[in-house]
Amino acid sequence: MSVQQNLEIRRSSAAVWGSLSGMRSVPTVSKYIDTTTCIGCKACEAACIEWNDLRHIATEQTGTYQTLPTLHAEYWNLIRFNERDFDGGIVWLMRKDQCMHCEEPGCLAACPAPGAIVQYANGIVDVNPDQCIGCRYCETGCPFDVPRFHQTTGKMAKCTLCVDRVAVGLEPACIKACPTGCLQFGTKDDMVALGSRRVDQLKGTGFANAVLYNPEGVHGTGVVTVLAHGDHPEWYDLPRDPHVPLLVKFWKSVLRPLGGIAIFGAVIGAFAHYTKFGPKEVRGADARDRNLPDA
Amino acid sequence: MTNGWVDIKNADVILAMGGNPAENHPVGFRWFLEAKKTRGAKLVAVDPRFTRTAAVADLYAPIRPGTDIAFLNGLIRYAIDKKRYHEDYVKLHTNGPYIVGEKFAFNEGLFSGFDEAKSEYAKDNWAYQADPKTTAYGTDPTMENPRCVFQLLKAHVDRYTPEMVERICGTPKATFVKVCEIVTSSYPADKAGTITYALGWTQHSTGVQMIRAGAVLQLLLGNVGRPGGGMNAFRGHSNIQGATDTAGTFEILPGYLKTPTGPLATLQAYYENAVPTTMNKQAWASMNYWTNYPKFMVSLLKAAWGKAATKDNDWGYEWLPKVDGNYSWMYIFDDMYRGSSTRVGGKEPGPEGFITFGMNPVGLGPNSKKMVAALSKLKWMVVVENVETETARFWNAPKEYGGAEPSKIQTEVFLLPAASFAEKDGTFTNSARWLQWKWKALDPPGQSKADQEIIARTFLAVRDLYKKEGGALPDPILKLSWSYPNPVNPDLGEVLKEMSGKALADIPDPKDKTKVLKTAGQQLDGFGQLQDDGTTSCGNWLHSGVYTEAGNNAQRRSTADPTGLGMFHNWAFSWPANRRIMYNRASADAEGKPWDPKRPGIVWNGEKWVGDVPDIKPDSPPGMYGAFIMLPEGVGRLYAPSLNDGPFPEHYEAVEAAIANPLHPKVTSNPASKKFSSDKDIYGKKEDFPIVCTTYRLTEHFHYWTQHQHKGTLNELQPGFFVELPEGLAKERGIANGSQVKVISARGEIQGVAMVTKRLQQLNIDGKPAWQIGFPIHWGFAGDPNHTGPLANTLTPSAMDPNTWTPEYKAFLVRVEKA
Repeated sequence: MSVQQNLEIRRSSAAVWGSLSGMRSVPTVSKYIDTTTCIGCKACEAACIEWNDLRHIATEQTGTYQTLPTLHAEYWNLIRFNERDFDGGIVWLMRKDQCMHCEEPGCLAACPAPGAIVQYANGIVDVNPDQCIGCRYCETGCPFDVPRFHQTTGKMAKCTLCVDRVAVGLEPACIKACPTGCLQFGTKDDMVALGSRRVDQLKGTGFANAVLYNPEGVHGTGVVTVLAHGDHPEWYDLPRDPHVPLLVKFWKSVLRPLGGIAIFGAVIGAFAHYTKFGPKEVRGADARDRNLPDA
Repeated sequence: MTNGWVDIKNADVILAMGGNPAENHPVGFRWFLEAKKTRGAKLVAVDPRFTRTAAVADLYAPIRPGTDIAFLNGLIRYAIDKKRYHEDYVKLHTNGPYIVGEKFAFNEGLFSGFDEAKSEYAKDNWAYQADPKTTAYGTDPTMENPRCVFQLLKAHVDRYTPEMVERICGTPKATFVKVCEIVTSSYPADKAGTITYALGWTQHSTGVQMIRAGAVLQLLLGNVGRPGGGMNAFRGHSNIQGATDTAGTFEILPGYLKTPTGPLATLQAYYENAVPTTMNKQAWASMNYWTNYPKFMVSLLKAAWGKAATKDNDWGYEWLPKVDGNYSWMYIFDDMYRGSSTRVGGKEPGPEGFITFGMNPVGLGPNSKKMVAALSKLKWMVVVENVETETARFWNAPKEYGGAEPSKIQTEVFLLPAASFAEKDGTFTNSARWLQWKWKALDPPGQSKADQEIIARTFLAVRDLYKKEGGALPDPILKLSWSYPNPVNPDLGEVLKEMSGKALADIPDPKDKTKVLKTAGQQLDGFGQLQDDGTTSCGNWLHSGVYTEAGNNAQRRSTADPTGLGMFHNWAFSWPANRRIMYNRASADAEGKPWDPKRPGIVWNGEKWVGDVPDIKPDSPPGMYGAFIMLPEGVGRLYAPSLNDGPFPEHYEAVEAAIANPLHPKVTSNPASKKFSSDKDIYGKKEDFPIVCTTYRLTEHFHYWTQHQHKGTLNELQPGFFVELPEGLAKERGIANGSQVKVISARGEIQGVAMVTKRLQQLNIDGKPAWQIGFPIHWGFAGDPNHTGPLANTLTPSAMDPNTWTPEYKAFLVRVEKA
């Protein structure tokens, strides 16, 4: 916990009055994934399990190389395998799936519990289990289907971008374990520049639609992904145009403040009414039955 | 590997064939991606399946398991036909110009000299033209003489047109031609390409010839001895290179010296048999480095028997066990099963005892039922292991392995718990020939002991018994040198020193007799200082130099890389002599100038060769010696008259042949590959088993022991056995993805989860559509109860390569049924 206290908080869930502002500017950190050089070896899956002490899941072979069908409260990092026909042959696309650490996190927007989801000054989006009330609203807010509810603890869990490692100057565990160098870690600017160079290189070798996936709909993501087939993010199980759902935005920026104002207004109104008009007087025979003092 | 891991980043073209490097060497694979990202290298993956390597390759070509020679000969034909070969290199550094004797011929699938009764070739039929005992023989420097090696090669591969390749391999012609274009693009002098391969080439009845074909192609393209080039074998275990270097198999002594056979009664007779005769060409002499056999052998004998080995007793040669037959894997188990030896007229009994040290025969041996049955015939077996493997529990194998009732099995099994890899120090020798010292991370638990302690205690106990009771031949044991400070648990640093070698007396400097190279007791600098007169001791000449007076060089970790080519001469120790790229003389032309100045191997500076550690006498001027110093010709072999199944690679079907060989139906499979004849050695026919099957590994597991990890991470990542099937085949049989499927061969049947995939295709073989399937090997009956599975080797045949006797795990015939 003391580690997290070292990181200033840029944004906090259910903070009606806006974020706490820090005096220092801290660069946003970013995880870079190059799917074109990922060999699906799962060293990153193993590293995440080991570093975060995730409990063992009794997986089963169901006819795929993919470890699990989807993320899990005890499985925050999953390589997704997708084989498809392409250009007279096939492709086997492998993408590392985990929290995208959005610039504008939908989970944080949806979360009604103050401080249960925070975004640090460096952009990392993290869950504070002590504050989490297990309402699962974050699942609605996230356009990437990342938050997972833990049945036993009643809390939400997801990739923390190894905030405990980053806070002391280390790279996330997955980055460290990757043998091929397809995972890199650094500032957002640096990772975007790296991605840009790689995309240019891919375009030069015939991948005209190569792209660095960093969607605007959530004001960019902390995790940036190089896709050879950038015109088909759905081939990688990525949404085409992710954004915080309108309903969540509406609720967070309009309805909730309105609701807050309404409740606040109701309290003020009730108090004002009481001071002006006094308590409700009950007339008639009932007064004696209720042991009320004579008026 | 002739080159090395880091060197792969220097390649312009990489052909990954006979192996799945991304899958099985994910860390080494980073250098493939480095080559792609930093120099725009092209990666071509040729494999029966679209693998994790194919997923990041620039081009994937499907191939029927076992047909790699047809594919490679097709590539060779393309290179010669389109003149896409490095002509200057071929004329200078290969035996392309050499004239072959008139007895050599190839007809209807057989080379000349075949003895049908023995299934063996008389190889003297393949000799070069001149008498090999003289120093001159015929060459044609223009390579136009129809009997020169180059022209004979051209004629030999002429049948392997793209149409024939498609017919045999199933690779669509257009794809095959694309592969040819990319792979042969490394032929210009300033380009370099490498071939990486693994067990997809070695584990066939034509495995050695597959590798041969790759080597021929690389010689034609001028890639051998060059940074970014070479023939890069990826070994299957972290230290199997070390194992074979240190005599892991019966036919070799440490440093790949030959084991002596029975009739060779003296060292002199042994040398005459082992050392090739030098053959000199007009231009080149050959260093024929095996002429140093006496220095290597005497030093080895001194390391073994110390003071007891003297000139008078032929350095203890008579104590060295002499080989009287074939003691390779398949033969050992065949003898064990039949309870008798094929040698000496079948009158010898089979082995009664067996020590299996960190080896799981029931898991990894072909034809699992035969393995189980064989072990049941033993009187005793010692298993040294970290876990209770299928071998340790063979007597209790599930019914489907056909073993006898445990109460009927007389074998006494001893299971000795051994330290695991993290619990012991020592060196691992990787595929790049680097001996890297590793430090122990923690102590072995309970009563587990390090390997050296188990061996030492066993040896000392046996020696005591010989002392007390005598025996048929006590001297080899009683006189064996065992002078470690801690004899019961020798320090491996001491052992490494012993292997590297030391002076037993002062060694005079050959250039100046008044000076001394080394004084008695000093560690030697390398094998160049070994003597044949008993004044040096060296346990493994090939590793000599790993532990010098400077210290344990396997522990060096300097990242200095002045050449920029990733040679890292001060990181660990690379055998031989810390040379990083073998045959590096071939990286330069006749004047000693590099073919590619941007990637020089060694360069002649007027006085000596500089760059990498030269693979030639350092002060010998260009033109003096050939680049291939270990061969009697001194040049690389496009034509290899020493192999048991032919001097040129030829396509033969696997022993369980899927089709009649289109090239010569009467000789369909490798004629020199022998079969076994016990009742457990059943070979299937294509009429009964129409589907080709192969086996392979997965990134997430290692052989047969990661399945033992209770609640282990690896078991989470890859939980159970599966069979990969093409979508079309699954549809035909009504097999849904994730459902149960049975695979049956002539030897047995297994069942597992069906993985229906696009990554295996239907191929047109010999004009007809054909299916192929495959499955990974990592499961067995002894692992964690939640992660057991059928032994893949239940289905594999007792078939093998005639040079190495490596089993044919990778191509056999099966049937597939919905379970």
